[in-house]
Amino acid sequence: MSQVAFSDEIAPARPGSPILRVEGLVKHFPTDRGFLGSDAVVHAVDGVDFEIHPGEVLAVVGESGSGKSTLARCALRLTDPIAGRVVFDDRDVTALKGRGLASFRQQVQPVFQDPFSSIDPRWRIGRSISESLDAFRIGTKSDRRERVVELLDRVGLDPSFARRRPHELSGGQRQRVGIAAALAPDPRLIVADEPVSALDVSVQAQVLNLLAELQRDLGLAILFVAHDLSVVQHISHRTAVMYLGKIVETGPTDRVFRDPRHPYTQALLQSIPHPDPERPIAGAALTGEIPSPISPPSGCRFRTRCPVAIERCATDEPEMTLFGTGHTAACHVARAELERSAQ
Amino acid sequence: MSDLLALAHVDVGFATDDGIVSAVSDVSLTVEEGEIFGLVGESGCGKTTLAMALMGLLPASASVAGSVRFGERDVFGLSPEDLRQLRGDRISMIFQDPMTSLDPTFPIGDQVAETITAHRDVSKHAARERALALLADVGIPEAERRYDDPPHRLSGGMRQRVVIATALANEPSLVLADEPTTALDVTIQSQVLDLLRDLRRRLRTTIVLITHDLGVVAQICDRVGVMYAGQLVEVSTVREIFRNPKHPYTQALLAALPSERQAPGSLRVIGGRVPDLTDPPPGCRFSTRCPYAMDVCATVPPLAHETGDHLVACWLSEATKAAAGQPDHASTGGAA
Repeated sequence: MSQVAFSDEIAPARPGSPILRVEGLVKHFPTDRGFLGSDAVVHAVDGVDFEIHPGEVLAVVGESGSGKSTLARCALRLTDPIAGRVVFDDRDVTALKGRGLASFRQQVQPVFQDPFSSIDPRWRIGRSISESLDAFRIGTKSDRRERVVELLDRVGLDPSFARRRPHELSGGQRQRVGIAAALAPDPRLIVADEPVSALDVSVQAQVLNLLAELQRDLGLAILFVAHDLSVVQHISHRTAVMYLGKIVETGPTDRVFRDPRHPYTQALLQSIPHPDPERPIAGAALTGEIPSPISPPSGCRFRTRCPVAIERCATDEPEMTLFGTGHTAACHVARAELERSAQ
Repeated sequence: MSDLLALAHVDVGFATDDGIVSAVSDVSLTVEEGEIFGLVGESGCGKTTLAMALMGLLPASASVAGSVRFGERDVFGLSPEDLRQLRGDRISMIFQDPMTSLDPTFPIGDQVAETITAHRDVSKHAARERALALLADVGIPEAERRYDDPPHRLSGGMRQRVVIATALANEPSLVLADEPTTALDVTIQSQVLDLLRDLRRRLRTTIVLITHDLGVVAQICDRVGVMYAGQLVEVSTVREIFRNPKHPYTQALLAALPSERQAPGSLRVIGGRVPDLTDPPPGCRFSTRCPYAMDVCATVPPLAHETGDHLVACWLSEATKAAAGQPDHASTGGAA
């Protein structure tokens, strides 16, 4: 794949190796509509590449049907891709078994939108937090009890919470417990799927602060999957924008937000309702809706809604083009503009 | 402009096993004809309960006090039959989940047409024609072909458009929209916000928009009321609320919004929790979390004119003190 460099900024190879590398990832699901024929599949993720480095927050942003949650599930190995690889610490995750898999599960922990979707409502909080420690047989019983107290403190909850039950907690407290449980086995990567989208603004701020603090203090890498662009802009170092199973643009967060190159990213940013009444109303950037992932458009998947689409977009799938340090986008029109300006 | 809707001292309580939940407490406000008024607050602040009370849609376990005037009518004084006539005709409602209002098995066009025939003496044919026009109006492509589709054939955004068409069927003077775009993707949300703006411009429909999303409020509302734990704490123009918030809760809420300007980890948070509404603090309900709380806050601060169109209920405000006839707040005690 050829890449066009942007002026004199040529991306240096980033130091160190990534903690997680996703290569050519493809995940399809059979549809439940039998009458369409048995070969109809949902193209949830259709050839995705990205890397996360230690201590980095990478946000994956997109609307419903973009495949971002499926991507998160593949990264957690909650589901296996039909093609491509997920490489953690230079090892192919899809091939892991036994102790290798157990070690992966310990080092890569999930945080979900509703933390208690995966927790027994009858258990006391302490037991839920130490569940993974028990499962991985980490420490003695009293070590684990101590660790629970330490973790509660770490996420800003009183030790007495260990004795409480889920229904006694508010939404924000539950998410803190979800985060404490994720931290229990000392992971190096957290995969957080919409971790704050069910929370009120004031509680969301607390949880975002907590995640930022943990990331900094513990040097955690976070794959942060979200639909809320202001949250993503606030918390992430790099952003990847997904549309219909593909990453269309990726780069340092401030670059992507200040100088978006893909028309979809531009439309998405234009659609943010800014909490500023004096900002002129941009109006809807896009007409129509995301096409069905069962039969995505040929060429560029965004072309059916793209305001600048050209003929070529229907036939050729655009390649990723480099627009600046670590900033890439897959768009024929943006690439042509770049080539013109480079001449 | 004249008032279309005027609430005076509205209280709503719910009887529960744990006692009476005071969901809305002493709310007074007016909504002017042709404006988009935002009612904003976090979960449990009473914004939806207030809207349900306006529509006479609260369950039997609710006790309601105060008065609501809609045009010339006293809403709480209407018979159930008159109230039913008012709903769907002069007042209509849009909910967050379009499936709350749509019958899952029934063609979308017929659902719009039925709203018309329920309130208007028109032929089936005329109702169909009008329904088609409405569906086209709210941006359903190929409305004729879509007319017989059941809701499940439509995307979330399209369903919400059908709900909006139904809400507009009888050209109501007031539309109550409860989180109408919360379940939608951001690019679809901006289409629906455009649609609501356009309807207001063309039909001069008054819209009360209930939302937790301050971005949506900033983009579409003319005036805003901020609610906290059942109390209305501040009312003003949208510009004033964002530029010059007076109530400590409004200030804290705006400061908690994530933005690129704040370093990660440094968002302002509001300490403590929303009070238990079976036993709310006397006086200002934000006082238990307010950084400026004083003894006087144990007395309910009246909502008072800070400036012409900016109302605030806070003892820090001279206007509130003057409205209470208590120029020296230090002299007031803790009586509720």
